[in-house]
Amino acid sequence: MSAIAEEEAAPVIDIAALRKRLGSDRDMWRSLDEIAGTPEFQRFVEAEFPSIAERLPARPNRRTLLKLMGASLSLAGLSACSRAESIVPYVRQPEMLIPGKPVFYATALSSDGFGIGAIIESHEGRPTKVEGNPDHPASRGATDAVMQAAVLTLFDPDRSRTPLKDGEPASYGDFLKDMAGLVSRWTASQGQGGALLIEPTTSPTLAAQIDALRARYPKLKLYRHDPLATPAAAQASQALFGSALTPVYHFDRAETVVSLDADFLGEGPGRLAHARDFTARRRVRSPSDRMSRLYAVESTPTITGATADHRLAIKPSSIEAIAAGLKAALGGQAGASRSPIDQAWMAALVEDLKTAGRNALIIVGPHQSAFVHAAALAANATLGALGNTVDLIEPPDALPVDGDLTALCEAIGQTAVDTVVVLAANPLHTASAGLDVHQAFSSLKLLVHHGLYRDETAFLAHWHTPATHELESWSDIRAYDGTASLVQPLIVPLYDGKTIHELLAVLGGQFETDALSLVRRHWPTLDDEGWRKALRDGVIANSAARPVSVTPPPDLAGLKPAANAGSGLDIRFVADPWLRDGRFANASWLQELPRPLTKIVWGNAALISPVTAERLKIRNGKIINIASNGADIDAPAWIVPGHPDETITLSFGFGRKVGSVAALAEGHDAFPLRHGSEWFATAAAMTPRDNSVRVITTQHHQAMEGRALVRHASLDAFRLTPDFVRKDAPPSPMESLYPEWRYDQEAWAMAIDLSACIGCMACVSACQAENNIAPVGPQECERGHEMHWLRVDRYYDGSIDAPDTFFQPVPCMHCEKAPCEVVCPVNATVHTHDGLNAQVYNRCIGTRYCSQNCPYKVRRFNFLDHQSFNKEEAGPEQGVHNPNVSVRSRGVMEKCTYCVQRISAKRIQAQIENRDIADGEVVTACQQACPTQAITFGDRNRKDAKVVREKAAPQNYALLEELNTRPRTTYLGKISNPSGKLAKPGEATDG
Amino acid sequence: MPQIFSKNADGVARFVIWGSCAVLLIVAAIGTILPRSDLVTGVGEPLAQPVPFSHKHHVGQLGIDCRYCHNGVETSSSAGLPATEVCMTCHSQLFTNADMLAPVRASLASGKPIEWQRVNSVPDFVFFNHAIHIDKGVACETCHGRVDEMPLMRRAHTLSMEWCLGCHRNPGPNLRPPQDVFLMHWQPPEDIAEIRRQLIGMLDIHPESMTDCYVCHR
Repeated sequence: MSAIAEEEAAPVIDIAALRKRLGSDRDMWRSLDEIAGTPEFQRFVEAEFPSIAERLPARPNRRTLLKLMGASLSLAGLSACSRAESIVPYVRQPEMLIPGKPVFYATALSSDGFGIGAIIESHEGRPTKVEGNPDHPASRGATDAVMQAAVLTLFDPDRSRTPLKDGEPASYGDFLKDMAGLVSRWTASQGQGGALLIEPTTSPTLAAQIDALRARYPKLKLYRHDPLATPAAAQASQALFGSALTPVYHFDRAETVVSLDADFLGEGPGRLAHARDFTARRRVRSPSDRMSRLYAVESTPTITGATADHRLAIKPSSIEAIAAGLKAALGGQAGASRSPIDQAWMAALVEDLKTAGRNALIIVGPHQSAFVHAAALAANATLGALGNTVDLIEPPDALPVDGDLTALCEAIGQTAVDTVVVLAANPLHTASAGLDVHQAFSSLKLLVHHGLYRDETAFLAHWHTPATHELESWSDIRAYDGTASLVQPLIVPLYDGKTIHELLAVLGGQFETDALSLVRRHWPTLDDEGWRKALRDGVIANSAARPVSVTPPPDLAGLKPAANAGSGLDIRFVADPWLRDGRFANASWLQELPRPLTKIVWGNAALISPVTAERLKIRNGKIINIASNGADIDAPAWIVPGHPDETITLSFGFGRKVGSVAALAEGHDAFPLRHGSEWFATAAAMTPRDNSVRVITTQHHQAMEGRALVRHASLDAFRLTPDFVRKDAPPSPMESLYPEWRYDQEAWAMAIDLSACIGCMACVSACQAENNIAPVGPQECERGHEMHWLRVDRYYDGSIDAPDTFFQPVPCMHCEKAPCEVVCPVNATVHTHDGLNAQVYNRCIGTRYCSQNCPYKVRRFNFLDHQSFNKEEAGPEQGVHNPNVSVRSRGVMEKCTYCVQRISAKRIQAQIENRDIADGEVVTACQQACPTQAITFGDRNRKDAKVVREKAAPQNYALLEELNTRPRTTYLGKISNPSGKLAKPGEATDG
Repeated sequence: MPQIFSKNADGVARFVIWGSCAVLLIVAAIGTILPRSDLVTGVGEPLAQPVPFSHKHHVGQLGIDCRYCHNGVETSSSAGLPATEVCMTCHSQLFTNADMLAPVRASLASGKPIEWQRVNSVPDFVFFNHAIHIDKGVACETCHGRVDEMPLMRRAHTLSMEWCLGCHRNPGPNLRPPQDVFLMHWQPPEDIAEIRRQLIGMLDIHPESMTDCYVCHR
């Protein structure tokens, strides 16, 4: 986001006029700008890189960025004759390690405290890539965008490197000396005045250590600060069953799913498993296949809503009424009179739920109130779904604590606490409105902070000691279903970091210890064989929690809907999908990864609906002041089609100024507007200010305008015309002037199932990690210069108030008649024997003709040297690079290669073993990361290949087929399953 | 009006025209020859190493197999350099006090690796894989030369793209039966032409796809 002068401000879009335009038959659209045909959209349609002429000389920000991000691994001078290169062997070569061959280790990465299994690729001890662990229940072989960035944060040069005493570098020995003083003080006083502030955790070792610590110091207090806490489900369960239980969902059994503000595909520790199971039931290849149906009621646009067959946007405070109505309707009561939704909608939904019976599933957003959770549990029980599609288990993150951050501040205020040890949390950034943590912490006798960064809290601390990254730590962690995994280090700590286990041991008076022995000691049930197996597999066998059998009382234990639904605006708080509460704000990959629906990068905005924008005469980028309960913040407005009216979505995670990458991002901090741990607020006020900013979004970049790009149909329409993708499609010509190719060996091809794609962006992040793709920073992103080889286009269809949303991942199509190849004057983009359009970086002279001639706009040009080639100045972040992929320099075109390095590796392997490459052996990075297995890759020349079967599906189509480029990447048209009772006319269309 | 051109203008013009042609030719010749000359490619020039390791002694005289030290060569892209420990398997018993080996002993004692100078290097945008070459019957000697005659390691070939492509276009003349690839003084048998013809089929070598750019550049 960059401040722009008033005269440059985006033109006001007349929303009423847009509605009129959409009323007449219209294709799919990307944004309001597109329907309006604003200059902003036109500039990206007319030229792929519109800003070449507009571009100013490099600004200081770029320099900073260059310094911060990326570098070459070993490309010191791209010349063949650098004769003075030293090579360094091991002194003692580790067993099983062969230089040049990567080694893979299983571990688990933490997602809001819960583990997701991962397999980390390590090159000579240097972790470079995160993959999912197929044996782990929360990963199932997939990863998400945030997990991919774990290797980037590991090598983040901004990480805290040394203990700091009052801000001055000190030694770990000094720290231990001071801690010894604290230990003797606490031993004498039984921990009087001491408090620990922890983050949510599922680590069994940590829980045991805390228990031991509390036994040693009975008066020691334990507080937990979780800005993203969602305690309502536990509260509901506590009220209904007398114990706080956690629901576990089984989408593989769910025939009809109703989501009450739950983004189960994009949020929560089980999201990858949910996405896998959910889409597995929606895979349609022939007219006889069946599909599950999803109804989504949501208070902010999410990827779950985009996937839903029926979606309803509504104010967050209205969900309670819907839940009450739903429960009443399922209970056979007439009720639901004041349900805020359409009766026909509700009737169809209830009928579907009843038909599905025990295979129905009502899932509630974790942030919704305890009443909604209780009502959903009761409704699930009525349907018989409890015990089938939803189980309740003992919460994996249970840890009895003395309170939250508010309680801690109160205790400090009452001088009951004078020493606080903060473990990893950053309360100074994430505290809610009205909570002056700064003042409270300033009055402490001793504040110790243990964290990965010298963050806001660390600046205040008397002692800061660096934490280890999760890829440097021994630990253990539980998944959403309770399955325990061991966390093993991939590398010795780069800096002077200590694990949380070591720090707790120090507080317990054990100064000489190591994390491995602490964790190992906690698992005496595992013998050495079992321990090694657990490390190798990435899971501890049979450690999942057993479902608890319960029956909900009929009266919901007195839980009532809060009577707050009413006048005024609602505010819906969300965690940024990538930065979460701001902890990943310094990861450039995540800052630059477009948000799934808004495609906003390097910042956030206050999301509002077109109706609300119209009412308040607000245009995109207009700064608005949002006030709630006495607090207020300024944020740029962003109009999102399909956003609920009279609701503002604000995201956490931005507005941090600590950290050199975080500081480059604009964006506002929503925490100062939040009261307590609320997830939505009512009766807020919104006032437009006079100024505007330009919110950076990639939604117009690489636009392919006005063609049938995404083709979709309902299941019923598909059954009638299985080849609906051919309907109205222009005939594709057969003759071509381009050279004829023969593919005697492999013919690599890809199929992308648009029905399975949920738009989660994991593929884009995985591609960035695998292929050394440089982040370019906010200024360059604004110009459309982002380098992602794979983009996920988001299209809308229908009215601007309640459109259908579609996602379409677009990598290089690897055309057989490739327009890019024939225009290159230096033969830098060439056709290979197996049909890849290879890009030869060291031949490319940067004419960009290929990019001009590419109808899919999948080529990316290095306008600047985004990665430093000087090993000395590049810093630790060069460690993240994949050694099997060239780092590109300025002036070079690049694009998706179908992960040619993986193809080559597998081909060499197969050749050495004297066999053919097996089907499914070559897996591209995007395919491997995909939680829903939407991407299939393989050899088209093999009749038995999975990709051949996918392409044989009747809904298979090629993008811009009429251009006769014969793309190797094809799409399976999207099929949704709306209820026949609610079908809109003209369901089978192509957009 | 005086004459514009002097009497020797023709001569000057001829000299300039022919002269520039000659200069162009010379420049072209230098431009063609110089990058290929040993002066630039470094072929034949031994590099100073921290320990004057002699392949001539270890390979030629003692007959140690290449894979004893370069043990990744059959499985990995990188042939690998011997860890200090590998040197010490013998040198903890032999020449234990030799001054020449002081850096090796120091390395083992301190844990600090020996920094060798790379002799056979390709640019960083070239992804060379040892294992596949060994597997397909390209001998060590083919690229690295007669290391058993090199007291100090030196480059035997230019390792330029032109040189690589020579073999990738027509691998036949450089093939050996795979069991012979580690031999240094291999003499081709009488019927080598026939053997090579068979090897191309047996080893599933496809010269038509070996010149695809991505075979080496990724």
